[in-house]
Amino acid sequence: MKNYYDVTVIGGGPAGIAAAAEAARNHASVLVIEREARLGGILKQCIHDGFGLVRFKEKLSGPEYAERFIDLLNETDADITVLTFVTKIVKTSGGYRITMVSRDGVASVVSKTIILATGCRERTAKQVFIHGTRPAGVFTAGTAQNFTNLLGQLPCRKCVILGSGDIGLIMARRLTLEGAQVIGVYEAKSTPSGLTRNIHQCLHDYNIPLYLSKTVTRVFGEDRLTAVEISSVDKSMKPVKGTEEIIECDGLILSVGLIPENELAETLGVKIDPKTKGPVCDQSLMTSADGIFSCGNALHVNDLVDYVSESGETAGKAAAEFNASARECIDAETNSNISYIVPQKIDLKGDLSKVVFYFRSRDILKNCKLSITLDGGVVKEKKYMFLRPPEMERIVLDFSKYNLHKNSRLIFNAEGEKI
Amino acid sequence: MKQLVCIVCPNGCTLNIDDSGDEIKVTGGKCKKGSDFAVAELTCPKRTICTTVKTVFKNAPVLPVRVSSDIPKDRIFDVMNEINKITVKDKLKRGDVVIQDVLGLGADVIATSDILSLIT
Repeated sequence: MKNYYDVTVIGGGPAGIAAAAEAARNHASVLVIEREARLGGILKQCIHDGFGLVRFKEKLSGPEYAERFIDLLNETDADITVLTFVTKIVKTSGGYRITMVSRDGVASVVSKTIILATGCRERTAKQVFIHGTRPAGVFTAGTAQNFTNLLGQLPCRKCVILGSGDIGLIMARRLTLEGAQVIGVYEAKSTPSGLTRNIHQCLHDYNIPLYLSKTVTRVFGEDRLTAVEISSVDKSMKPVKGTEEIIECDGLILSVGLIPENELAETLGVKIDPKTKGPVCDQSLMTSADGIFSCGNALHVNDLVDYVSESGETAGKAAAEFNASARECIDAETNSNISYIVPQKIDLKGDLSKVVFYFRSRDILKNCKLSITLDGGVVKEKKYMFLRPPEMERIVLDFSKYNLHKNSRLIFNAEGEKI
Repeated sequence: MKQLVCIVCPNGCTLNIDDSGDEIKVTGGKCKKGSDFAVAELTCPKRTICTTVKTVFKNAPVLPVRVSSDIPKDRIFDVMNEINKITVKDKLKRGDVVIQDVLGLGADVIATSDILSLIT
């Protein structure tokens, strides 16, 4: 490890690997800091296939996808330190001083730029307010996945899955394949949270029922979970009295949402978007702090890793080319049918020729039209058969041919039939 | 008219299938893969399976594997049985064959990670 780097990437998951390789290919000196023993992040345990369809036009498993990118990173001269945890980042005159802890002790480096590729965390049982005892057998889907796919240990024999997020659906299939009984997937919302194809290939293929507008309201058991109480919920997601049923099980698996991890970003005073829970960024994925970039699931929770890698590469290239200079940003505005958009800002002094936007709709919209206007004039229109909140959309715009100025208004309007 | 959700890619197109005539007609998909999927689904539905196989290595007790090409959906648990009989003793690499032509279905079971060559 050197004393100084042009780019330091915090997190060696798919976003960080792609960011580091791209920064190194753009002639930056690069350091990757990874907390675990191996690079790859969550993909190490995502042994199911379906990764890389956009990128490689192939159906790869998570480890295969990650290892292809790790091979590319290993071809560069980026330094990688594993089993290392960043404890502090402080702004200095030459950039940022990063303090880290590893088995060798405490060390620090100065880096001109930092890419935060810290991923996201799963919401836990404490965050969804389930009553009852505190028995063993209550896992987040990611923990259950780690037990099953990395440790080779089945976490339960007969389980209930709460939440229809993609990892929960994937784990319903995985546990069934390994011989466990999955009684059902229960979702408090009236629509599923996961991708439609996962509802089909993970639940329907294995005759696992999906119950909507139902949630777990209590857990039972002393040492080990023995049963859960399921209740129907009303439109405001409040449990309805009298609808309780008790289901015997030894496992409760939670797939109730992911939250971008931005503790380090917050210590740097980076502005966080309440909609994405990730940093507010411009098109180079630079945050509100100069020289600090964000990518992958730390920026916003993605449903496809292909886009995680893409955002890593965007941040990696921009960090390698970074030169401190004043930015002049306008906002990317949306109407109320769009729940969020990334990047949230366009820096008029940055590259305007290829701006990649990611967005999600707030509700399921049928036969919809997205129209993007700049100062009242339409710059792009796109039709969608459906826009669904679980399915992120990507759209690329070239602003170089337009006369953007600091008072310009860029608005994304989605209109469609709500169903 | 039947409806199916295509599982080939994340678009998850809703396919409308008309199998009343001699030929199966598929509409609603964004690409041709959708109609191939729908025809296969009505004649011989196939799936990929991804799972793990036991190893003798303490620091990597399981190795992720998948079938090299789709297998008939109704043989999934038969293939799982075959995979569960195996214990990997060699430090296999990504792409190495764990079971050749599993149950004569024309697909190999292959390793999907280099984890065994990375552990000590």
